[in-house]
Amino acid sequence: MTGGGLKDNRIIEFKEVTKVYGKGYGAVSALRGVDLCIDEGEFVAIMGPSGSGKSTCMNILGCLDMPSAGTYMFRDIDVGRLTRNQRALLRRHYQGFVFQGYNLLSRTSALENVELPLLYRGVSLRDRRQRALEALETVGLTGWESHTPGELSGGQQQRVAIARAIVTGPAVLLADEPTGNLDTVRSNEIMEVLIKLNRYKGITIVMITHEPDMAHYADRQVHFLDGLVVLDQENGGKG
Amino acid sequence: MLWNTIWLALREIKRNVMRSFLTILGIVIGVGAVITMVTIGGGATVQVREQIASMGSNLLMVSPGKRLGPGQSSGNVPFKEADVEAIMREVSSIAAVAPVSSQSMQAILGNQNWSTQVTGSDNQYFFVTNRSIGTGRQFSESELRAGAAVCIIGETVRKKLFGGQEVLGEKIRLQKLSCEVIGLMAEKGQSTMGQDQDDMVVIPLRTLQRRVTGTQDVSLIQVSVRDGASTDKVQKDIATLMRERRHLGPSDDDNFHVMDMKEITKMLTGTTELLTALLSAVAAVSLLVGGIGIMNIMLVSVTERTREIGVRLAIGALEREVLMQFLIEAVVLSSLGGLLGIILALTASLWLAGMLRVPFIFNGPIVLIAFVFSAAVGMIFGYFPALKAARLDPIDALRHE
Ligand SMILES: Nc1ncnc2c1ncn2[C@@H]1O[C@H](COP(=O)(O)OP(=O)(O)OP(=O)(O)O)[C@@H](O)[C@H]1O
Ligand SMILES: [Mg+2]
Repeated sequence: MTGGGLKDNRIIEFKEVTKVYGKGYGAVSALRGVDLCIDEGEFVAIMGPSGSGKSTCMNILGCLDMPSAGTYMFRDIDVGRLTRNQRALLRRHYQGFVFQGYNLLSRTSALENVELPLLYRGVSLRDRRQRALEALETVGLTGWESHTPGELSGGQQQRVAIARAIVTGPAVLLADEPTGNLDTVRSNEIMEVLIKLNRYKGITIVMITHEPDMAHYADRQVHFLDGLVVLDQENGGKG
Repeated sequence: MLWNTIWLALREIKRNVMRSFLTILGIVIGVGAVITMVTIGGGATVQVREQIASMGSNLLMVSPGKRLGPGQSSGNVPFKEADVEAIMREVSSIAAVAPVSSQSMQAILGNQNWSTQVTGSDNQYFFVTNRSIGTGRQFSESELRAGAAVCIIGETVRKKLFGGQEVLGEKIRLQKLSCEVIGLMAEKGQSTMGQDQDDMVVIPLRTLQRRVTGTQDVSLIQVSVRDGASTDKVQKDIATLMRERRHLGPSDDDNFHVMDMKEITKMLTGTTELLTALLSAVAAVSLLVGGIGIMNIMLVSVTERTREIGVRLAIGALEREVLMQFLIEAVVLSSLGGLLGIILALTASLWLAGMLRVPFIFNGPIVLIAFVFSAAVGMIFGYFPALKAARLDPIDALRHE
């Protein structure tokens, strides 16, 4: 195919993506023409002030929301042309999502929460158990498997949410402030986990964060302001 | 996946035992009532059939008066004893003919007093109605001819008047008529309509006519057709004979009616069946109400669990998987109601059958149908809420508070 090696390596490509919420007077432009390319295996940190459109961008990346205009290519798939069910399948098979507000199932044990994506993938009960236990171990929650979200601290819930996102071994991990509720020590631990997933499993990571310290773990930082990308740079001083 | 979903549904139900129970109560009562009605009704019908069979399948009943028709009414011209003799003489293939006239009367012995049905007939009566004399004897020819003051009593009358005493040769009073007990009928038990068939006294027809009613009338003629002969033909022959004897012209309608077993069965079981159908219909309505209850709770459940649905959709659940989850939950819930209903119905039927003295006949098909129906109710009434859940927008659902 034309386009050469660089293009083959691309996993995410936003072209002139805009998102408008509402109509008429009350309409809010959350994204106002975003161009963004992410290659396989990259670790990208998205930063920006509150309300600048980071979560909106992330929801579109995660195929949960559709752009008002512009195109979103996931590998060679034009997401804009997919049906609702096709987008669900894309999420199921290629993406892991950590929500800003954890979004765990209440009254359901940590283990079962983590097993959930595997259930929809049709993984057998035994494999499900084992992989969920491994994922919980990765985020340092061994021993907490049977606790429900109501019995876990905010930080622990966040780690369950991360375990749930990585348990399927997705091609891309989309994390909306995965360390928002963690102390520095825990945050750094989670970052180490993400780095490992990125380095050794080749999982592409897109992470929203408010903390420059966390952003430094990434290969690249993308800054949003008022629905536009205002800065897109490689992190200096790293390998 | 299916087992997972069913298991998930059961867990969801367990989480809210009280609410789940109240939700399915309508289904429980509906299924329970339908099965109970059909079972008891079926038992009653079978009982009527058995009783009719015990009367002999080749019985014909000739009664005066027209068959009910639009805008017709006419005074009943009663039969006479001569009609009975004519049938016996002129219609072929007849085993026995018995005239029957009855009257409700007080039977008195000493200071015992009992109201009972007194039937005037002859010895053919016992043959035609399939009854036998337990102790004592039938009427003698001379007693019948002379209209003697003798009687044959049923077991209930014996119990009420005599208690443990010897009955044969004793005299009882039927209002003003004092007559000697010459026989005791073998016990027959209760009829479907709750009538005690042993609560009766039989006296010679002439005795009844002369000493009680004061007329020559015979109110009913019972005919027993010979085994193997065509009842249809005998029925027609009797009708032809009666038309002749009553001088009816070709354009006149019958002013009497010959009923065969099929008609008698229909008449007797018809009421039972109609009642059963009616009550079952009422019960079925409660199933419908139960379905609406399920829909209501499922809608509440969908609203309550909007975030959960959002999470599932965001994680990659397909619309139809979410639909299935809620549908299965509704079906599991209503099937559970169906099962409880079946248990309730079987208990209630057994108890009621004992109370009403109707045989308990387990009706497999209706139990199965009721169960399938309850599951279908869950499916139908769960569909709309499930669709509502499946159609949710994941982002909106996740934001839902
Ligand atoms: N569903 C919605 N309806 C209307 N407006 C919305 C909706 N979602 C987001 N917005 C608006 O879009 C803009 C961008 O919101 P977004 O959630 O992307 O911000 P953010 O960068 O993630 O902020 P934060 O750092 O606080 O999470 C905001 O002005 C917000 O009010
Ligand atoms: Mg946000």
